Amino acid sequence: MKTDTIAAISTAMNSSGIGIIRISGEEAFEIADKMYYSKSGKKLSDMPSHTIQYGFIKDGEEVIDEVLVMLMHAPRSFTAEDTVEINCHGGVYAMKRILELAVKSGARYAQPGEFTKRAFLNGRIDLSQAEAVIDVIQAKNEYALKSSVSQLRGSVLKVIKELRGKIIYEIAFIESALDDPEHISLDGYPDELEKKMQEMKKRISELIASSENGKRIKEGIKTVIVGKPNAGKSSLLNLLLGEERAIVTDIAGTTRDTLEEQITIHGISLNIIDTAGIRDTSDTVEKIGVEKAKNYIQDADLILYVVDSATELDENDEQIIRMIENRKAIILLNKIDLESVTTEEMMKEKIDKPVIPVSAKEEAGLEVLEKTIKDLFYEGKISFNDEIYITNMRQKKALENALESLCQVEESIQAGMPEDFFSIDLMNAYEELGSITGESVGDDLVNEIFGRFCMGK
Amino acid sequence: MKYLEDSVWENECINRRKRMANMEIFTDIVVVGAGHAGCEAALACARLGLKTVMFTVSVDSIALMPCNPNVGGSSKGHLVREIDALGGEMGKNIDATFIQSKMLNKSKGPAVHSLRAQADKRDYSSRMRKTLENTENLTIKQAEVSEIVVENGILTGIKTFSGAIYHCKACVLCTGTYLKARCIYGDVSNYTGPNGLQAANHLTDSLKANGIEMYRFKTGTPARIDKRSIDFSKMEEQFGDEKIIPFSFSTDPKDVQIDQISCWLTYTNEKTHEIIKENLDRSPLYSGMIEGTGPRYCPSIEDKVVKFADKNRHQVFIEPEGRYTNEMYVGGMSSSLPEDVQLKMYRSVPGLENAEIVRNAYAIEYDCIDARQLYPTLEFKEIKSLFSAGQFNGSSGYEEAAAQGLAAGINAALKTLGKEQIVFDRSESYIGVLIDDLVTKENREPYRMMTSRSEYRLLLRQDNADLRLTPLGYKIGLISDTVYNMLMEKQKQIVEEIKRVEHVRIGASSQVQKFLEEHNSTPLKNGTTLGELIRRPELDYNLLAPLDPERPELLRSVDEEVNINIKYEGYITRQKKQVEHFKKLENKKIPENISYKDIHGLRIEAQQKLEKFRPVSIGQASRISGVSPADISVLLIYMEQLRNSLK
Repeated sequence: MKTDTIAAISTAMNSSGIGIIRISGEEAFEIADKMYYSKSGKKLSDMPSHTIQYGFIKDGEEVIDEVLVMLMHAPRSFTAEDTVEINCHGGVYAMKRILELAVKSGARYAQPGEFTKRAFLNGRIDLSQAEAVIDVIQAKNEYALKSSVSQLRGSVLKVIKELRGKIIYEIAFIESALDDPEHISLDGYPDELEKKMQEMKKRISELIASSENGKRIKEGIKTVIVGKPNAGKSSLLNLLLGEERAIVTDIAGTTRDTLEEQITIHGISLNIIDTAGIRDTSDTVEKIGVEKAKNYIQDADLILYVVDSATELDENDEQIIRMIENRKAIILLNKIDLESVTTEEMMKEKIDKPVIPVSAKEEAGLEVLEKTIKDLFYEGKISFNDEIYITNMRQKKALENALESLCQVEESIQAGMPEDFFSIDLMNAYEELGSITGESVGDDLVNEIFGRFCMGK
Repeated sequence: MKYLEDSVWENECINRRKRMANMEIFTDIVVVGAGHAGCEAALACARLGLKTVMFTVSVDSIALMPCNPNVGGSSKGHLVREIDALGGEMGKNIDATFIQSKMLNKSKGPAVHSLRAQADKRDYSSRMRKTLENTENLTIKQAEVSEIVVENGILTGIKTFSGAIYHCKACVLCTGTYLKARCIYGDVSNYTGPNGLQAANHLTDSLKANGIEMYRFKTGTPARIDKRSIDFSKMEEQFGDEKIIPFSFSTDPKDVQIDQISCWLTYTNEKTHEIIKENLDRSPLYSGMIEGTGPRYCPSIEDKVVKFADKNRHQVFIEPEGRYTNEMYVGGMSSSLPEDVQLKMYRSVPGLENAEIVRNAYAIEYDCIDARQLYPTLEFKEIKSLFSAGQFNGSSGYEEAAAQGLAAGINAALKTLGKEQIVFDRSESYIGVLIDDLVTKENREPYRMMTSRSEYRLLLRQDNADLRLTPLGYKIGLISDTVYNMLMEKQKQIVEEIKRVEHVRIGASSQVQKFLEEHNSTPLKNGTTLGELIRRPELDYNLLAPLDPERPELLRSVDEEVNINIKYEGYITRQKKQVEHFKKLENKKIPENISYKDIHGLRIEAQQKLEKFRPVSIGQASRISGVSPADISVLLIYMEQLRNSLK
């Protein structure tokens, strides 16, 4: 059976160490050859199976990374398809570039769990593992869906939904006219549509640009610092960062919004978010901050819970403890330089998590914290879920595809093609945008036609 | 709602019937209904050599057109072509009885060109009747079928109201709008079928007793007006095409170049709308008297005025009902308002000031099924050998009915003959799209065909219906050797001519440059091929004949196929690729006895939907609303597991 070729980063993504990009499918070698270059000038597709080749990955003339490429001919690979695994060592950036290049060269981003699925369907995985495979696919899907929506800022989501609404309206208009040519005329319509295309193309280009400037998501272990107001969250963040990033005062509630920073501990990339202290608040600006903190806890890979050891645990602490009970968390008992009211033992009784006494003021306990994080990571207890990142790349690709379809519409208009061809490409754009918001086409078009346009008979 | 159950008269009939001995007849196939679905179903079965009995409540209503007087139209024309390509009758019948013909959307792409012909209703009906009457193996019987006989989940026969039993091997239900039909306008309601014909009031109960779920749908028709009372000088005349193209691939175009009869165009106005708005409270639709679900695409004029309040006029087409009648159909103004309002409303339209209404407009309600109870072969999942087609399945339109009738008839016959049944798929025909939509998707209103419902419409054109489907019709046994061999020759010519045209070199000679200039086409810089020139939007295959002296003599319509295939090659290739992907999922059949509740990992909603509708393939499963791509992955893996464990 003919299958398309898929690609994904198949190692955890962190800024150090080696990463592997896996390409699997009928055109795996062909695609890899488009981006691979070796001094001898030999092609990967001419090389024997189960060998490792040394060379470079190039985007045009630009060298992206020095790599080792492992070749496996079907059926002797994980997926039982032709497979290329590119080992690179340039960190997240290089991995991302190489994956994008693979897609540009003809592969498509793998769906969640797709390598495993193919391995199974091709008889590579034992029958007894079938249920586990299903679980992997379901879990990854759920995560992808969750992250895809959570990643989209409300404003982006709104723009995409608006665009979809406009596109389906145009399709419905064309289709109504085709269905009922004696009632609805398309005279002069192509010019009108061309203007609308320019407007829509502009909007999509803006979305693509905003996804490229990288502010939307950051790679790394998503780490959240939480704690009641004035427990010293921001001071701890500054300590970890080694700079005064957060504003620190003695007034409870100083950090009103959330701050994001990236640090590297023993080669592990952490994406740290400082949150407003959690407490019941009537101050509206601060309230939003608290809500956000709660959301961040839900999405986080790791939670750093800062406890003020100089005060007693209060309702706010109880609330936090409940929220982090089933999550990966480390408890930081801060202000050990002051007289202890809440002790390590008391915390351990409350919740079964590592407790580390620290003093942000005296810069104590930092080493223990770093070691704890490192141990958790290498024991596999915390990890970065690359689904979030892959989802982002899929979204960008979908936007690019939508843009391409709209350009095609424009070309068809300029070439004087009949109107029914416009709706083919408009529909493609509509579907691509729908894949971002998780909406399928279904009966949208028929409903739009009947809802908006008066049909005859 | 109360029907005839209470009537004393009926009780008497039933008692009398009990005393009678039952007449018993044995046949292969029973077709219930003689509308457009019933005719195609009965003809297909009889032509395939099976003894067929077709029932109708009135022999005089065979192939009746109780609503609009035309066949075809956007996408419906495609269906007629496909019916013809498979060996059905509708195309030939309209070619012999039409009074005006038009190719719609001629200025648009080839995918949406569609034929529509005005029919002489009486001729259409009598020619079809004659065809049926002269078909071997086919018996027409005037009687109301009141019961189906089911034994162990298999249909074994039917009973008529008079008590006769017809044992059969398969049955096709094509009851149209007749089941418990009720016609309504204003506060007048009659328990009759269309045109005042007798309704079929008993079969529904028997179907329900056998576990079939029924819906109630509604549709409507406008008034008919006496031609002599119309002032045509206030209307725009609508002519047919100068060069008429027949529906049927086997009709010689020379035989259809007739003198045509015109239609007329006029418009409603603010006054019309005011009359309607003032009387909305008297409309049964708005008073709640009508409970059935009506179609959105064919709204009554009341609906149009309410829903599209910003439009200050709507088009009205005045169409002749035939050559021998003065009745004119008022297209665009179907209604169920009371008759006094109808008269006022029609008379407010320019040209209709003195209109005399021959037949009032009315709405009709009828029983039909949720077609998701059917396999894509149109056989009931729970009652083997029982098939159904047409408006009974929740569709609307003569063409949609005929298409299903043909498909159901073919499958009933194939099943009886012990052969494998046929599933028409979405990538091969509009018939496939129609049936798949009906049996897969939730359908809350009478379903009408539209070109936008087809994902691959550039491949499913009306011009290539024979290339797509005639080989299948031949395999089934409805297409003769002569027709088939002719098609094979046509196919060969198309392939060869495309190849030739792509290799014909055109130099930048002064003759060529002059030709291009005359056709507003950019002059050549270098030489090119004829194929490249055909791809230019302003040129085409026939136009370029003067530059192509070697052009061979070709069969009819080969030129059209060559032109389309070259001109839209990019899009066609793209859709063919999509079809390949589609076929993969379509060909993955789901075992009939699969138990969805045992599949670990399916979401509850998907599990319930799949369990209820039991799709035949992964492709069909993926089109059920509420089944996600992740569910499909799970299903695929489960099936693989199943397959491995059977090894």
